[in-house]
Amino acid sequence: MNAAIEVEDLSFSYGGPRVLEAVSLQVPEGEFIGMVGPNAGGKSTLLKLMLGLLEPQGGRIRILGRPPDRGRRLIGYVPQYPVFRRDFPITVEQVVLTGRLGHGPTLGGWRRADRLADRVAMGEAEVAALAARRIETLSGGQLQRVLLARALVGEPRILFLDEPTANIDMRVESDIFDLLKALNARMTIVVVSHDVAFISRYVTRVACLNRTLMCHRTEEIDGKTIRALYDVDVRQVAHHH
Amino acid sequence: MDFVAAVGAYGFLQHALLAGLLASLGCGVIGPYVVVKRIGFLAGGIAHSVLGGVGAALYYGADPLLGALAAAILAALLIGWVKRNWRTQEDTLIGALWAIGMAAGVLFMARTPGYGTDLMSYLFGNILLVPERELWFMAALDLVLLLIAWLFHRQFLAVAFDEEFAELRGVPVTAFYLLLLCLVAVTVVLLIQVVGLILVIALLTLPAAIASHYVHTLGRMMVLATLAGAAFAVGGLTLAFQYDLPGGATIVLLTGAGYVVASLAAGRLARWRARRSTAVAAGRPR
Repeated sequence: MNAAIEVEDLSFSYGGPRVLEAVSLQVPEGEFIGMVGPNAGGKSTLLKLMLGLLEPQGGRIRILGRPPDRGRRLIGYVPQYPVFRRDFPITVEQVVLTGRLGHGPTLGGWRRADRLADRVAMGEAEVAALAARRIETLSGGQLQRVLLARALVGEPRILFLDEPTANIDMRVESDIFDLLKALNARMTIVVVSHDVAFISRYVTRVACLNRTLMCHRTEEIDGKTIRALYDVDVRQVAHHH
Repeated sequence: MDFVAAVGAYGFLQHALLAGLLASLGCGVIGPYVVVKRIGFLAGGIAHSVLGGVGAALYYGADPLLGALAAAILAALLIGWVKRNWRTQEDTLIGALWAIGMAAGVLFMARTPGYGTDLMSYLFGNILLVPERELWFMAALDLVLLLIAWLFHRQFLAVAFDEEFAELRGVPVTAFYLLLLCLVAVTVVLLIQVVGLILVIALLTLPAAIASHYVHTLGRMMVLATLAGAAFAVGGLTLAFQYDLPGGATIVLLTGAGYVVASLAAGRLARWRARRSTAVAAGRPR
């Protein structure tokens, strides 16, 4: 099977201490990988490196065999903290359409293919009914789905999600993960989360990141691994659903 | 003589009216970007630095409008480049360009032989003295603005809304940011003859801010801001003619008054809608 993502001996710092050190990771196509770890453990930084938004100080990254700045067009990205202003005058439909940039001609308006893909992606993320709404009027869960639609509309082969369920309630959280599970049938998914127990029900593999990659095994994560990862005694909460 | 009859009788009033309408088209299209990107201060810096270009052009015997255009674009590129590379020094640089541009302009004008250079008309505009040649120049600038704004409206929207995501989609974000600043610079030059470089900032931001209270997409903001700007230009010119007031200042004051009224009315409208929707919900339980 081909590798969707190859990370070799990666290290990075923002100018101070190393945020990532000697990280190597192989993600085959079709995998649903969960990336967990403590705050400031480097999860979001690793995503940004893989997207080519940051330059590594050492090591090598390949996205579907390409360097990140050329491979990232094949990635759909759902950021953790949207960097845009919520009161920006834009509708849901227009937000999703911006995910089509990079397809088709550079000049002029949206094409028929763009509008068609727009409708498909909004339907898939279940936001079609919100198409004409201003983003200012959306709830956290609705906005998250809109950002997912924006990532899907570009027809990505890999999907990156950074804490997709940080600001929404449990029920919506499992809805979104059910949707991701369905999408996994046609694309590789990398999801960053702090909730180890929850995502382990969905993902095929968990990678634990705290400056360096501490484990990336398929088997159950026990209290010992979590203690090593978070460096504290974490009380594990049993989930019964 | 009333204003309508006067417009029929005097060529200079027809020119003034046309200049006002051409200017409102430019502000209507670019103003919404300035408002949503919150770069009003940046636009003010570009506007004031233009005086340096005007002064230099006068001193060396070139066309002052071309000098203004060159200075505006140079200032836009410089500010944009610094913003990209040293984020923290942006407002210092804008303030410096603002003052240095004006100081250079004043010096050049003081050294320009003859008494044909009227500093006041560049600072506060001279809408009643727009020569026909300048109307053509304004129309050409409008055409360039509209063409570029339409051809790249998807990229401008993406960059204005979410730069990080636009970059991931392969949009050259820095290039489009600089292009947007150049369009702002062109609009500033477009407005100088009408209201002067000190008052430019009002026409660039207020009609778009009024529109943002009532419509909620960039495209609609552009249409409404153009219409509002045109109404203020015509209204201000009428008042200025009737009561013998300076044209540019009257247009700006009318625009400011319109902004206050529109903001208050928008607040009332929102409260009324909220009351009505809760009343409907309470009156008809399902």
